[in-house]
Amino acid sequence: MADPAISVPYAPTEEQDLIRSTARQFLAERIPIEKVRELMLSDEGFEAVLWKEMAELGWTGLVVPEEHGGAGLGWVEMSVLLEEMGRVVTPGPFLASAVMATAVIEELAGDEDKEELLAALASGESIATLAVFEQPRGWEIAAPATRATVSNGGWVLSGMKRAVLDAHLSDLLLVTAGADDGIGVYVVDAKGEDVTVEQESVLDPTRRQATVILDGAVSRSRLVSGDVVAGLTHALRLATAALASEQVGGAQRCMEMAVEYAKTRHQFGRPIGSYQSIKHRCANMLMKVEHARSAAYHAVRVTDDRAELAIAAPLAGALASEAYVWVAGENIQVHGGIGFTWEHDAHLYLKRAKASSLLLGSPRHQRDRLGLALGI
Amino acid sequence: MSDADYPRVDALVDELIAECPPGKTDDIEFWGAQYDKGLAWAWHPEGFGGLGLERRHQTRVNRRLEEAGASIENRYTNLLGIAMGAGVLDAHATDEQKRRWLRPMFTTEEIWCQLFSEPGAGSDVAGLATRAVRDGDEWVVNGQKVWTTLAHLAKWGMVVTRTDPNAPKHQGLTYFVIDMEAPGVEVRPLYQITGEAEFNEVFFNDVRIPDENRIDAVGAGWRVAVTTLMNERVAIGGSAIPRESGYIGQAVEVWRETGEDDLVLRDRLLELWAEAEAARLTALRANELASAGIPGPEGSTGKLAWANLNKEITAFTVELLGLDGTLYPGGYELRRPERIAQHEPHKAFLRTRANSIEGGTSEIMLNILGERVLGLPGEPRVDKDVPWVEVPRG
Repeated sequence: MADPAISVPYAPTEEQDLIRSTARQFLAERIPIEKVRELMLSDEGFEAVLWKEMAELGWTGLVVPEEHGGAGLGWVEMSVLLEEMGRVVTPGPFLASAVMATAVIEELAGDEDKEELLAALASGESIATLAVFEQPRGWEIAAPATRATVSNGGWVLSGMKRAVLDAHLSDLLLVTAGADDGIGVYVVDAKGEDVTVEQESVLDPTRRQATVILDGAVSRSRLVSGDVVAGLTHALRLATAALASEQVGGAQRCMEMAVEYAKTRHQFGRPIGSYQSIKHRCANMLMKVEHARSAAYHAVRVTDDRAELAIAAPLAGALASEAYVWVAGENIQVHGGIGFTWEHDAHLYLKRAKASSLLLGSPRHQRDRLGLALGI
Repeated sequence: MSDADYPRVDALVDELIAECPPGKTDDIEFWGAQYDKGLAWAWHPEGFGGLGLERRHQTRVNRRLEEAGASIENRYTNLLGIAMGAGVLDAHATDEQKRRWLRPMFTTEEIWCQLFSEPGAGSDVAGLATRAVRDGDEWVVNGQKVWTTLAHLAKWGMVVTRTDPNAPKHQGLTYFVIDMEAPGVEVRPLYQITGEAEFNEVFFNDVRIPDENRIDAVGAGWRVAVTTLMNERVAIGGSAIPRESGYIGQAVEVWRETGEDDLVLRDRLLELWAEAEAARLTALRANELASAGIPGPEGSTGKLAWANLNKEITAFTVELLGLDGTLYPGGYELRRPERIAQHEPHKAFLRTRANSIEGGTSEIMLNILGERVLGLPGEPRVDKDVPWVEVPRG
């Protein structure tokens, strides 16, 4: 098997360093963990003012081309930002809108739609989210039961979508539906008539999701129809690669929390980190985090090579998901009794880790995709 | 630093290939010429097989030489010398010692081995008991070493000895280069669970070493030993191999050959594939960052990761073979192995058990990651400030 050519260096550029330091500072000042806790208990789970500030920093349009009002940066820069957001379990619709919806529009929309939608997302004026998953098919997006039919010269949609991230905060839904001419992606006003957004009670309250019921909802435009599965799959691979970086950021933070605690917590007269049972646990955390990081960094560096991304994205998705869930759990164990309390932050990470590992495909599901790409 | 040196290195490689056409030149002659041009260890100073450049230049040299059809077999034939001994000499030896030993090491005219582990000193190698006693300009050595790869072929051995039993264990050690052909050196094969003897037991009975073969100061042996071990762990865990090569490649091959389609086994294979690829990508990333002068934790996990993975992958491959997994094709007739390379699955299953023991056990590697990389406190050491003779052993 030939090795993939990697031309993007691992050493960070000055621009990437700047994105990292700006993000760390902004998140520490504006969304410290106390704020995350406040938001996680609120109805909305987020505040519009924070979105405005993220937009001013250029985050909402980070990977949107400059011609459409974005910063025109790449997925490596996106991964740097998401890693920082993951470190502090940043709430809000960033993954939904600036990553997932943006990737789908970028990949599938025609010039006119791109012009209008990307500009609105990049400026922060609109928030969009993907409504592509249904039960019982779960992560298989190729055959939605949701139907699109022609009515009064336009398209109307009927069906039920699950796990629609931050739909309650969104203006636009990008909905997959089948019509007589195949599967299409339709733009629907999230707050429009015949659209019901039911916010679910979720495992990870720092990232909300809704069940969306479309009951003859009018679509304002159809992005594309026909062979959309390949394009959607590619966009979801980009999202998987990006999410992996967020997961690595969270896992890294969990490891740091465990190590910090192991250095200061004393039992039987010495720091618990001096016992091999704890020390080796921490060392194994380091190895898992570094392996997940390698896979995530690789994935965002090969986004221009579609065949390689088909391998690299599920690889990163599986490894980062498993590493984060494991490290978040071990962090609680290293903390012992205090780690199980509501007061301690460890559970925020465990919840984010577990929910994230199931957003775009479970580790087992990602490995199945990996196997298909490898011919295994 | 930097790529500015590439043209100069490339020109030297071209010159070497022109003067000693691979395939038409005797290997030893070729390696000698390679050494003389500074293309053996590019990071060594000029005159000692190097050009005073960064390590990554050597990667480029090796690739170009391989493409030109030159043999890099010396790196395997004399693995312990070229991958570890050279680093020790570079860091600690006198210029005279380097001149004496480096060139014939590189050409494989003199094979090297490493004599650290003892029956009573495995993970706690600093507790070793082999004694060296000064006698004028010479040292007289007595003791026993184990797990000594290539000792039966070696001309020279890197040996750590105890020269001051009354000092605490780390302070009483001295490092020598010992002539393995000297009177009093006895090498016996040590048969392993595979039936092969890659390793040896080595016995020293009043072996005399001239003081000029001492590396670094008397009592500085631990410092030199640490350099050796660091080089060893880089050599074991740090190389960036091709995707799906080694034992994971073998597992995929067996999966395809057997036509197995069980979904549980497939998921396990993909899990191992993913872990192996992550370890490979980590080595790539670590090598790239190291050559850009950005050291990080990613360089320290390779040995540990591959020890675990090789064991899990080979155990899985034998399982894939089903009933044939119960066979042992080569038989257990005790013998010397032909060459240290990739083994067939059954032998690999057995041989890889050593991966988490040799060159530092996985437990020691986890301690190193925990203490040196993560900064966790060490365990209380009851033997640290005690004279070595008073430390309980057994």
